[in-house]
Amino acid sequence: MNAPTLFGLCAAALVGIGLYGLIVNPRPLRKILAFNLVGTGVFLLFGAIARRGAAVGMDGDPVPQALLITGIVVAFSATALAVALVQRLFDEAGSVTLAPDAPAKAPVEPPDA
Amino acid sequence: MPHSLSTPDVTTPGGLLLVLAVLVPFVGMLAGMVLGGRGARRVALATLVAGLAIAIAIADALVRSGDAVVYLLGGWAPPLGVALRADGLAVVMLLAVAVVIGGIGVYARADFGTPPGVREVRAPLMFWLLLLAVWGSLNLVFVSGDLFTLYVALELLTFAGVPLVSLGGSPETLRSALRYLLYALFGSVLYLLGAVLLYGAYGTLDIVLLAARVHPEPVTWAAAALMTGGLLAKTALFPLHLWLPPAHAGAPAAASAVLSGLVIKGSWFLAVRLWLDVFAGVVTVPSAQTLAALGAAAILVGNIVALRQARLKLLIAYSTVAQIGYLFLMFPLAAGLAAAQLDSAAAVNGGLLQAISHATAKAAMFMAAGLIYTTLGHDRIADLRGVARALPMTLVAFALGGASLIGLPPSGGFLAKWLLVSAAITTAQWWWALVMLVGGLLTSAYVFIVVVRALAPAPEGWTPKASVPRYQEAAVLALALCSFLLGMAVFCPVDVAGIGRAVAPGIGSP
Repeated sequence: MNAPTLFGLCAAALVGIGLYGLIVNPRPLRKILAFNLVGTGVFLLFGAIARRGAAVGMDGDPVPQALLITGIVVAFSATALAVALVQRLFDEAGSVTLAPDAPAKAPVEPPDA
Repeated sequence: MPHSLSTPDVTTPGGLLLVLAVLVPFVGMLAGMVLGGRGARRVALATLVAGLAIAIAIADALVRSGDAVVYLLGGWAPPLGVALRADGLAVVMLLAVAVVIGGIGVYARADFGTPPGVREVRAPLMFWLLLLAVWGSLNLVFVSGDLFTLYVALELLTFAGVPLVSLGGSPETLRSALRYLLYALFGSVLYLLGAVLLYGAYGTLDIVLLAARVHPEPVTWAAAALMTGGLLAKTALFPLHLWLPPAHAGAPAAASAVLSGLVIKGSWFLAVRLWLDVFAGVVTVPSAQTLAALGAAAILVGNIVALRQARLKLLIAYSTVAQIGYLFLMFPLAAGLAAAQLDSAAAVNGGLLQAISHATAKAAMFMAAGLIYTTLGHDRIADLRGVARALPMTLVAFALGGASLIGLPPSGGFLAKWLLVSAAITTAQWWWALVMLVGGLLTSAYVFIVVVRALAPAPEGWTPKASVPRYQEAAVLALALCSFLLGMAVFCPVDVAGIGRAVAPGIGSP
């Protein structure tokens, strides 16, 4: 197994774990972390593709690397926006949950993550 | 290998207008942020006029040249460079969005003013900045010729749309905004994964080059499925619609109009791009049928749930869930027409008209609901008595918008459904016609319930809680009239939407 394949498989595993967390975990902060895991997996896959596409004697295909940087910036802003929303929600409601009538149903809310 | 887009390697006349269409709203947003307070509103309203003029100029350039308008950034042709490209579909959407944003801007002038004596209030300032940001991102979605630029545009659209949901700042709207953001992030990361796979397989992300290179194999199917799935989550197609009703119903009326009328059309438009242009030779008729089956489920579930709502804004939001379903009925119809070697333009135009008539009608209906809320102090449907007396123009606008959703002639909804139903019958897919007719009946039921309740006379001695400016009512009525008279597009001398797109992209025939 060569290095790009190994990295590709790692990327697939990261995406899988992240998707599982994103769907199964009810807590917003963990969902955000899971989204970042998926994002990392996608970026790693893109890196592996950049390496694999470098057959013409170059060290790597530069296009995916340029796109990767943009992707990371976008994922970072998304995370920042999501965390800001979670923080604001905590300030306003005193708890962080996505259930629509949560305060009535679950009065005791253990601290997130 | 048939493919649907022309590939000029140079910037066409009027190409610079595409850059302006994207840049002007963002420049307006930044200027508004610097000026703050009242300046932001002034800049936004000026930008609305300039943007509409740019959209008209692009349409003029398109019709005059009879081919897609192209701008190569920095003069570099794809695959090295990035192209902005506006074909008929994109230009029609550009125009429609400019008109709807204009209507919303006029309406919001009253709701989002800065009160005298105060230098700056957060919600109005944010509304004007985000309105321009949504507009710029939508324009970028329409004119991008490259899957990665489209990804960035989609993310910008999300980042502009999410704060609009929580303008009110209550815990409930914050929760809706967070839920929306999580769905949208899930969708965009799936889209990005698909785009990465496509780059890995074919070495380009340019739509035209990609369309020529893709061929049916597992990696293409995987990429198509991932990207489509991600876009469905962003468009809120059933069963991924759960975030939409609370998010759209909780926002202020003008923000709801932006979200429901325009923002969801961005990801829908991208799905159309993918299925009709990029994957034209890859997607099969059964896969298109699956997409439309979800649409049909959305129509039935959305309409039935809308009928059961007690609050007007939630009713309109669930009606959006149903109308999104219609947008996805065009895929098997276009595929069926293409497979039968017929011109698929009828189905594509039907889908496009449905998007535009829904954008105008839904924006008008949400803003009408906002005026009703201001006048009555609530929006309980059981208690709408007196609305017809206090807000006659608004109620007419609501009814006209509703008529367009139902599909009564001569509305845009009528023409859209007419094109789709005739495409369904031509391709012997009668079940989609049946779904559309049942959906129309259910829609008429809830529109009539609201109108009949609102026509009931007010109780003795009732006075409106607040009076609304006449120009707000006029803006709502103007948008509703746009939607109601859109059916006149049938008399348009040229098929604008088809310019720059060769006939019969050939879905299902590699």
